Amino acid sequence: MTAFLRNTWRGLTSMRTALILLFLLALAAMPGALLPQRSLNPPRTADYIAAHGWWGTLLDRLEFFDVYSSVWFSAIYLMLFISLVGCLLPRTVDYARSMRAQPVLTPRNLARMPHHAQATLPEEPAAVIADAKARLSGWRTVERDEDGGGKTLSAEKGYLRELGNLVFHFAMLGLIVALALGKMFNYEGQVIVLADGSEFCNSGTAGYDTFRPGLRVDGTDLTPFCVRVDDLDVSYFPDGQAEQFTVRMDYQAGADLDAGTWRPYDLRVNEPLRVVGDRVYLLGHGYAPTFTVTFPNGESRTQTIQWRTVDPQTLLSQGATKFDPPGTTDAEQRRKSQIAITGLFAPTAQYDGTLLTSGHPDLQDPAVAVDVLRGDLGIDSGRGQSIFEVDQSLVDQGRLVRVARQNLEVGGQLRLDDGTTVRFDGVERWAYLQVSHDPTQVWVLVFAVAMILGLGTSLTIKRRRLWVRATPDDAGRTVVSVGGLARTDQAGYGEEFSRIAAALRTPRREP
Amino acid sequence: MAVNETLATYSDWCFRAAVLVYVFAMVGYAVEQAFTRTAKKSEAARELVGAGGPVPAGTDTPAYGRVEAAPRRDRAERAGRAAVALTVLGVALHLASLVLRGVATQRAPWGNMYEYSMATMLIAVITWLVLMRKFDVRRMGVFVLTPVVILMFLGGTVLYTDAGPVQPALRSYWLVVHVSAAIISSGLFLVPGVFSVLYLIKAAHDRNPAKFARLAPKLADADTLDRLAYRTTIFAFPIYTFGIICGAIWAEAAWGRFWGWDPKETVAFVAWVVYAGYLHSRATAGWRGTRAAIVNTTAFAMVVFNLFFINLVISGLHSYAS
Repeated sequence: MTAFLRNTWRGLTSMRTALILLFLLALAAMPGALLPQRSLNPPRTADYIAAHGWWGTLLDRLEFFDVYSSVWFSAIYLMLFISLVGCLLPRTVDYARSMRAQPVLTPRNLARMPHHAQATLPEEPAAVIADAKARLSGWRTVERDEDGGGKTLSAEKGYLRELGNLVFHFAMLGLIVALALGKMFNYEGQVIVLADGSEFCNSGTAGYDTFRPGLRVDGTDLTPFCVRVDDLDVSYFPDGQAEQFTVRMDYQAGADLDAGTWRPYDLRVNEPLRVVGDRVYLLGHGYAPTFTVTFPNGESRTQTIQWRTVDPQTLLSQGATKFDPPGTTDAEQRRKSQIAITGLFAPTAQYDGTLLTSGHPDLQDPAVAVDVLRGDLGIDSGRGQSIFEVDQSLVDQGRLVRVARQNLEVGGQLRLDDGTTVRFDGVERWAYLQVSHDPTQVWVLVFAVAMILGLGTSLTIKRRRLWVRATPDDAGRTVVSVGGLARTDQAGYGEEFSRIAAALRTPRREP
Repeated sequence: MAVNETLATYSDWCFRAAVLVYVFAMVGYAVEQAFTRTAKKSEAARELVGAGGPVPAGTDTPAYGRVEAAPRRDRAERAGRAAVALTVLGVALHLASLVLRGVATQRAPWGNMYEYSMATMLIAVITWLVLMRKFDVRRMGVFVLTPVVILMFLGGTVLYTDAGPVQPALRSYWLVVHVSAAIISSGLFLVPGVFSVLYLIKAAHDRNPAKFARLAPKLADADTLDRLAYRTTIFAFPIYTFGIICGAIWAEAAWGRFWGWDPKETVAFVAWVVYAGYLHSRATAGWRGTRAAIVNTTAFAMVVFNLFFINLVISGLHSYAS
């Protein structure tokens, strides 16, 4: 049993296994680039599955649309992690040992070494060795005596290579651990905020349009802070390409929350707001048309609701603004007279006949093309519904009826048969913000930097050995033989060796 | 921020001229490759020594058995030297094209795929020139310049983008750091990729001389090809790693997360893992030589795949092509 365990452990921690696991990891990561992933784009994933029948379903059951959280991907990197630990522990022990060890004995025949040089010098062997030792500063050296009055010097350098290697691999382990912890405690939420002085506070998940918690986040303990979006500036090049988006906003956190102090910040792409450990990003922007509905009894209601962008180039937008008739207490009556304004909004109107499109993403000539629907919006049913559209099934059932269709410019209004008027007042911009929280990402960065440093060290420094043997000859002079061996890759040691050997052969000038 | 149209036009001219000059250089290398007589044993041995062997240049022993005192440069040799001169000229034009783009648009000239591939190829050719200075590899120039010319041709036709400003997401100094690291490492990786393919040809020939009988004898020996591929790769790999990490730092500022398995990130990760596999395979019994060369070729294929397929076919956050 122990033999089996030992063999399994050895097999798992051998370099060959590690290599195969590396290739498996690369192979397993690929489908995530080629197939749509649920974590990145849920609707596209759903479309893909629907479009590919049994094949899509099979891929889905095999977790090909959630590759990076799949069982098989996790299994591979977990095994790689274990293999790495099993490889690193003995190497660390070896390295600690080698730090205390002396350079190895001088080989008998230095001429056999990949690098070799020889010379005859007038000095004594002891003087030659002392000279060599002085010149080899930075090398770890040991002197040894040989039979026949000879002396040798063993020198070794480049211990940092293995250190860099170990640092790289341990940093990678640290990075994986930090990533895993991040998955536990991070969260990410997206929210649309109107740029008309609207506020958003990070007080709970309900405030968000979408919220993705980490495995250990239940949403009750979010970092408290608030933002207020005052304005959104967008500048364009003449061809409609965006030059810069700037959200003029204020934020408050910590003591400011109690004091009510707001601090200004200009939020831009690439310039997130970093506040009390969280980050606020600008992900996108769009338009929210303002409509005023004046009901037959003279009361009016005004709403500004975000419409969603359907064409990112021209910011043609689509949405539904929903109104409840005021002063109607009878539920039955209300369900007959609710109003929805749906249709298209164009920041720069262009007409193809009466068909509205947008010619430019900036607000040059805003207009809407709206359908006004009257009837039951289904708001009382208790079922959640999209803020961007009306419930189509109610239209199909005839409970929600189109009562007008018209194009309106700013200030334009239309009148329904019962005397209700609908006016298009103007438009606000909205900012699509993301709040991110990841307490371990700074550790990921620290480990990544350590990886780079370790990698650079281990790939540039060479572990190399040099030996000098000085033996007296019959004429009273000293034969000096120098040998060199690079322990890793021979390339590049030749030049350094020649330089050292040449220096050793020339007698030292007395100061 | 207006684009200087005149300079942009000059940049395009320089680009076309560079491609044309590279084509001529390629022909020169091809002529040398085709007409070089297979090296004699003694010469082959000397080349091995000169190309990174342990004995430094200048101390190598002269080849024995050669009678003529000063061998006349034959036609193949002259073609090769002309090709090198043309390559240098091509690099000058290529560099001018890149710099003019940068000046014309007032930004780092690697904001779209045309500029990116142009800059990457420039690094590849410079890498090649540096290697030629240090090692006797000139005869293989045609194999390096052919992919360069093909990729530049694709860059100048399929990927061509008029000089212009970049979108807000790219307005960051990380564009300079992250993308230039990607460009330098990818350009460097091209050369070992080519060498590993040549290694596979040479190794197949060494095992069975009937294979590649015409081509293989004119290549450097397998050992040299393997060593040069490895040395260039270990130079490029830390830069590539640095590029990925800078990308993660930038992504944290621009997209709200440092890593999100965007297709480009994924394939960069895959290529990184395969390169790591290559570095390890050269230290693993049974994986040296042919297997390592296959791994290295695969890794470079992933880099190319990441540039073309991922950017052009798959939509992701890195889709800046159009």
